[in-house]
Order: sequence, then structure tokens, then C-alpha cells
Amino acid sequence: MTELTRMTAVDLAAGIKKKEFSAVDVAKAHFDQIAAVDKKLNAFLFIDEDGAMAQAANVDKKLASGEFLGPLAGVPVAVKDIFTQKDIPTTCGSRILENWRPPYDSTVVSRMKNADMVLLGKVNMDEFAMGSSTETSAYGPTTNPWDTSRIPGGSSGGSSAAVAGFLAPLAVGTDTGGSIRQPAAVTGTVGVKPTYGGISRYGIVALASSLDQAGPFARTVLDAALLHQAIAGYDPLDSTSINQPIPDFVAAAKHKDIAGMKLGIVKEFAGEGYQAGVLNRFNEAVAILRNLGAEIVELSCPSFTYALAAYYLIQPSECSSNLARFDGMRYGLRVDDGDSSVEQVMAATRAAGFGPEVKRRIIIGTYALSSGYYDAYYGSAQKVRRLIADDFNAAFSQVDALISPTSPITAFKIGEKLNDPMAMYLNDICTIPVNLAGVGGMSVPIGLADEDNLPAGMQIMAPVMCDDRMYRVAGALESALVSSWGGLLLDKAPRL
Amino acid sequence: MNLFEFENVITDFKPVLGLEVHVELNTKTKVFCSCPTNFGASPNTNVCPTCLGLPGSLPVLNEKAIESIIKIGLALNCQIAPWSRMARKNYFYPDMPKDYQISQYDEPICFDGFLDVLVPNGDDSSKIRIGIERVHLEEDTGKLTHAGGFTGRIHGADYSLVDYNRAGIPLVEIVTKIIPDTGELAPEVAKAYVATLRDLIRNLGVSDVRMEEGSLRCDVNVSLMPIESNQLGTRTETKNVNSLRSVERAVRFEMQRQAALLKAGERVKQETRHFHENDGSTSPGRSKEQAEEYRYFPEPDLLPIAPDSKWIEQLRSELPETPTAKRERLKQAWQITDFEMLAVVNAGALDLIEATVELGTDPSAARKWWLGKITRIANERGVELEQIDITPAQVAEIDQLVATGALNDKLARQVISSVIAGEGSPGEIVQKQGLAVVSDDSALLDAIKEAIVAMPEVVSKIQDGKLQASGALIGAVMKATGGKADAAKVRKLLFDYLGVSQD
Ligand SMILES: [Zn+2]
Repeated sequence: MTELTRMTAVDLAAGIKKKEFSAVDVAKAHFDQIAAVDKKLNAFLFIDEDGAMAQAANVDKKLASGEFLGPLAGVPVAVKDIFTQKDIPTTCGSRILENWRPPYDSTVVSRMKNADMVLLGKVNMDEFAMGSSTETSAYGPTTNPWDTSRIPGGSSGGSSAAVAGFLAPLAVGTDTGGSIRQPAAVTGTVGVKPTYGGISRYGIVALASSLDQAGPFARTVLDAALLHQAIAGYDPLDSTSINQPIPDFVAAAKHKDIAGMKLGIVKEFAGEGYQAGVLNRFNEAVAILRNLGAEIVELSCPSFTYALAAYYLIQPSECSSNLARFDGMRYGLRVDDGDSSVEQVMAATRAAGFGPEVKRRIIIGTYALSSGYYDAYYGSAQKVRRLIADDFNAAFSQVDALISPTSPITAFKIGEKLNDPMAMYLNDICTIPVNLAGVGGMSVPIGLADEDNLPAGMQIMAPVMCDDRMYRVAGALESALVSSWGGLLLDKAPRL
Repeated sequence: MNLFEFENVITDFKPVLGLEVHVELNTKTKVFCSCPTNFGASPNTNVCPTCLGLPGSLPVLNEKAIESIIKIGLALNCQIAPWSRMARKNYFYPDMPKDYQISQYDEPICFDGFLDVLVPNGDDSSKIRIGIERVHLEEDTGKLTHAGGFTGRIHGADYSLVDYNRAGIPLVEIVTKIIPDTGELAPEVAKAYVATLRDLIRNLGVSDVRMEEGSLRCDVNVSLMPIESNQLGTRTETKNVNSLRSVERAVRFEMQRQAALLKAGERVKQETRHFHENDGSTSPGRSKEQAEEYRYFPEPDLLPIAPDSKWIEQLRSELPETPTAKRERLKQAWQITDFEMLAVVNAGALDLIEATVELGTDPSAARKWWLGKITRIANERGVELEQIDITPAQVAEIDQLVATGALNDKLARQVISSVIAGEGSPGEIVQKQGLAVVSDDSALLDAIKEAIVAMPEVVSKIQDGKLQASGALIGAVMKATGGKADAAKVRKLLFDYLGVSQD
């Protein structure tokens, strides 16, 4: 029998139901793996062994008493440390929230609990989700299971590393400009940024409210679809969540037939900065899609050129406001010498509690929103945002979905870009337009780049509330690639 | 501090006003969460992740609050925006859980309206139209209590306590357009505006509008323009002026203070000021010389507000009659002047008189009772008229007794006092105290005969044709009957008895 930690979520759930092994066995195997290898990865910030073992035991009890169990019952999941989970530390990778235990569950967490999933603990991230490498975490960088001298992507690097390192079959992350898709691409995992409003943001500590979206990480497209299905859907606690029936992602992932689908390649996602090995794998994947019967067309989305600039005004602007509440008055860190004014305590707390990247963005955002600059910066960025949405609409009037490389490069070395914010920001050049327009985006593994034998990903983009199309394309592509590789791409990763 | 004589302020300067009124809506739940809004709960018990601004929490707009603000906007003759957005107003303060307030910026729900107010002007009254700039929705902040220190303010306090029960209570801000020169009436105009607005909102049933509990709070902007100029002066904003009388006093004080500065060649500082109830003065708060930087931007956690036009029209059709329209209607019906109506309104007697008239009482009689004896009692006790324990039905009953001749005015006033003292219904009191007018002819005749015997010289004068001398005899009879006789009847009986024609 395959090791429990190397099984897919689908197989784990089936094995538990067939009583081939218990949910407790599954949880225990994962905690053993975490104990064995997380020293090398630093994916987990908090391991909730007691809570998880209790959830697992409860699944076994329900099974014994013949109660109905959902499709992911007993399957472990790693939770990005940005989701509130009642009484479990939630730090967002920041000192300012060290030891904060929220009194409530985020909607994503409560839906996973209701699905009888086993929540292993909280995983690392760039501080307040600002970064593409998980290096800005106050709790140290997470490493890439393919090469532990490299980054696992970010900001959801703990989630990607946990799934790629076989510490958890599934993980949830959040994506504001690529924070699920880029880590998925550089770790050889599947990561999905759903349509904005597809999954409730309630209980997700906000980076940029109009861009943030939660989504699943998995090793297979079908596993991702199952987790997505479990956490998606309207939530009255989030005004921006969409009150419409959600598509059947699981059926789409199993569909495998893309004959007659029209897929568009965006011209603007090419050129300088794209690693040759990444483009090689992308072009091969395009050829596979064509062979599977998809019609491939090239089209132009001219406004995408301005996406990065617009993003780095809107995101810091919203972040400067969202992060104001961390002032030492109510929770988290408080730096107070007992002889300071309110303003001094707030300033000292924020100076000590936030790292340099967070401060950089708060300063940029504060500036961009200031009167006299608002129209030139925030106002113009919002106009660009509308143009980008228009470009997507025009493109989706011609094709069913768009495809591109997820990240222009493979995983870089830890420390390599930390002092060069612009180089870091360019990682998200292909993923950012998706968040600005609120459409869906997904990354699937397409092989290893020639230069460095590191994973590359293809991004699939679909119109608002048509996330099922991404699963259909990804499912078909994965199927073809897996049979050519003779297994998952992750099977090629070195054993930790 | 130097103050300029008020009379002289007016001869040299034109006062310009602006009023910002905050009204707490009386929705059952807060504006962005489902916490209850009841006043007086233990500190920090009406709270949840959202109104505490905990990381990850999100606001959800209370529909009822939108309905209430639209009602206010419609009643203030405003346009209702078909599409508007909430905005974040960013600034750090410990009473704000998120360090930003969800408010509205350049897209208020209601804008461009007006409210007509009446102010006393000599022996007459003036109707003044106050332009309404905007009516917008926002969330209230928590409440800070500063312990230690002497000022009761945050600076100098030993420590401060925050109660977030109030955080997230829906607040409607009503901002006037500039109220141009109203001369010496300015303090009265400010007061009348707030009073009229309070009545209008109470009438809509969307807020308790209790100034003493802070559910209606007023900021008063005052500036002076030299009489020969049209250049607006520097304004001050006096915060949280919490009674009608204080509104008037704050305006008056600021006019006098600013005039003294300007007369002395000094300049008025643009600043917020605090009002002091004890002596009616204001003192400087935080300086506003530097432009405020709130970094407003549209609230991304909420969808735009786009009320259906059919819904707005339905709300418009369901609006109760406005206090202004009601005054106008009753003024016509009762055939009284603006000035007389103002007296009714200022006494807080409008609804009481209307209810009394509806029970069949003559309007002038109803006004006489309410504005006379009952108002005097209210004034003596220093309470509002409506807090006095007498109902329109009781007043109508008393007036009915007068109309049938069973009571005269003097006795009626006694009955009113007794009703208010809780001695029973008017009928019971008349019975118990034997207050009814003596209408038994033989009893009156006995008294008349006694008076004639006692004052023979007066009788001679009457018989000589000096009819006015009869007053002494009638007075004696009234005295003998304890004032319970109908004087006209006594006069008739007297003349009949003496066989003298009354003419
Ligand atoms: Zn609440």
C-alpha cells in the first residue's frame, strides 16, 4: 500500500470510508511526517495535534455509527495562518499578532470543519501576505521541498510547501496577486484562485479587500476541485460573496474532454523576463491541449501592461487602511513603557511589530490615498483596473478560457530577491491581472524547466463564476501529462 | 476672555452658520453586524468580531438603516442617490476599533434638500429656509472614559477605558449648507433648526433623538463676515453641543468672542472648540490649521447602495406629515397667526392641543388651557409639558364642564391643578370638592337678599340708575358662594329682584 502521506485526498477519503485505515491513522501519519521533515521546510507555525486527533477520532466514530460522511471526511488539511480559527493562534506571519487567538472561525475554516476535515495546524506565509517567497514572515522563511535552498513561492508558501512536501494532501491559501498560483507553480502543485466572491472572505485577515480570495492547494486537479467545492458558496457574512449557485468543479475536473474548447494565449504574457525552460514547458503543454482537440488562438489584452503598476497602488492603498487596526490597543503586540501617550504606544507598537515589506506598502498606500495624490494614483489605478476587466471581457467573448505561464520563472534562491522589491514583484506579472478583474485563475504543473529541473506551471483563466472551465482544461491536461510522466510531477521531487 | 456686546456684533458683523447634526438611528441591531443597540448595557457586552474590528471580520450593511436614512432624506426634501458608496475615513483613535470609520465621502445617500424653520422675531416670527447639503450614513465610535487628570480628556489622563457597545451604532450625519447672514436671529435660528430637525426625526420614528443621551449630537460652525464685506471669515467648529439651549448659547458666545478678536485686530483660529454647559463658554480643542488627512476611499468590503426607485417612492408615500406641514395645516384650521403658532410649538403643546381639539374642544379654549395653567405648572416644575400628568381627554372634559356652565374659568383652573395632583378625574374632583357652579336660584337669591340688607346705600344708587354700582353687590354674592356662582346669572337675578331693567 502507498504511504498514507503520499495518497491523494480522494484515495484517503475512500480508504477511510472502506475502513482500510482510520482517520486517526491518516492524521497520525501526517504528524509523523511533519515531525520528520518540517525542520527542513518550516511550513508549520502551529501544529494542532490535539485538535486534529480529536477531529479524526470523531470521523472514525461517525463512520462506526454509520453516520453520513462527506467526500473529504477525515482528510487532513493545512491552513494558511491568515484564516481565523477559534482559539488557535493566527499570526499572519507577523510579530504584531504573535499569540493572538481569535474568538471565532473564519467561514472557510468552519466549512472545512463541517466537512469533517482534519485541520492539522497553521502554515507559514509572507507577513500579512505581502511577498512572493514567504521570506517576509517574521517566523523565518519556508523552503521549497524540491530544493530547500529555494523559496516555495508566496505569500502562501507554507501551504504549497506542506502539500508538495507531503505534510498535508490539501491546504488552503489566499491569493491577492498570485499568492496561491505562483507558490503552486514553483512547487509542482495545483493551486486555484477562484472568482472574486466565490469563497467567503469572512475571517481572512485582509490584505487588499477588493483583491483577496481564498482557494485550495492540492497535488491533483480533482483533489483541488473537492476542496474548492467544500469551501465555496455564498456567505451572508461577506457582502462581496456572490449569491449564485456554484458550478460543479468536481464534475468538470473529471470531465477530461476539451475537444472544441477555444483557448486564448495572451500576447502580452511573453518576452523579456520569461525563463526559457518555463516557456518550453508552456509551449509543450499548449501543444498537448491542441492535440486534445482544443482550438488555440492568440489574442491581445493591451491594458495588462499596466496591471503591475495599478496593482502596486491599489493593493498598498487598501492594505494601509486594513492594517491600521494593529495599533496595540485591543489585541496582539503592545509596546508600552507605561509613560507614553496613546499616539506613542501606537507608533512604537507598529514600528516594532511590522516588518520592512509591510511598512513599505503601508507607506506607499498612505501616500497614494492622500488628498492631492488620490486622483493621480489610486484614481488612475482604478481606471486601469476597469480597462483590464474590459480586456478580459473582450477576450472571453472570443475564447472559453485563457492560458499563460503562471510565473515567468522557477523557484529562486532564498535571499536572492529579498532586497530587490521590483524583481520580487515581477514574479506576479501573469497572475495580477486576474485579481484586478476578479476572474478565476488556476495553476497546474506542466513539468520541470530545462535549466534547473524545477517545476513550472500553466495558468488557466476563466470568466467570473465559470471556474469549472479551469478544472475542465486542467483535468484534461493533467491526465495527458501524468500518463506521459508515469505519475505525478511531484513523484520526481527528491525525498526529504 | 473678551466678549463683544451682542448688539454691537450685529452692527459690525454678519454671522454665518453651519450645523452638523449626528443622529443615532434606533434600529434593533448595529449598522454592520447583528449586535443589539440598547442603551445602558454593561460595557463591552454588545460586541462581536465585526464591531470590535477583529482581524478578518467584515461588515454587512443593515437594510433598516438604509430605510431610515432615506426616510430622513425624503422628509428633508433631499434627492436620493440612485447609487452611492460607503467610504473609509482613516485616522487613528482608540475609540475606533478598525482605526478607520466606515462613513460616506463624496457620494452621500441623500443630498440637496431643505428644512423650513420658524424663529420668533419681535412680536412676529420669521420663516427661514435652511439648505441641507447632505445626509449620510456612518458608524458610531466607541465611548472613551478618561480616568485621572483634571480635564476629563485623553491628554493628561492616567488611563482611559473604552466601551465598544456604541461602536457600530448607525449614525446619520445631517449637514446644512452655509446659513448666510441671519443677523441677530442667528442664535435662535440655530436652535430652531435643531429643534425642528429633532421633531421631524422623532415624527419619522427612526431615532429617539434624545440630546441628553447623545442620540442627537450637534456641532456648530460659526464665522463672522465684516458688515461691508462678502468674504467669509474663518470658522470655528464647536463640538457636541448637547441641548437646544446650548446650541443657542454656543452660537451667541462664538459670535461675541470672534467679534472681540476681530475688533482687536486679531485673527480667529480655525479650530474645533468645546462647549461648557456651566457658563455657556467655549474653549479651544484640537487645532484644524493643518488640513485634515482622512485618506477617504470607497469601502471595498461593501457593495454600492442602489435603492430601488419604486422602494423610494413607496417610502415617500408612507412618510408621516412633516411637522412644518402639520403646523401650517393646524394654523389654518385654528385660525391663528404664525406668532401664536410659534408659542404653541415652543411650549411643546402642538400635539396635546391637537388631540384636545379632536375630542371636540374649541381650538382657542384648548390653547387657553394648555398654554395657561398647565404650561405654568410645567414651567414651575422645570419639565416638558408632555410630562405633566393630565391628558387631552381630561382637558376636554374640563372644557366641556365650562361650556355647559357647570364650571367657570377660575374653578376650571382649580380642577386642572387637582387632576395634575392626582386627585382623580375632573368629574370626580368636581363632585368631591363641591366645585360646581351654584345654579340653584333660591340659594343665590338668599345670598342676594343678604347682600342687599348689608349694603342699602348701593341698592339706592342702583335704583337711581347707577347700574355699575351693582358690582359691589355681585362681588359680595360671589364671595358668599365661594366663587362657585355664575356672575352673569347673579346679575340677572339681582336686577330682577330689584325690579330694575339691566339695560
Ligand atoms: Zn457587533
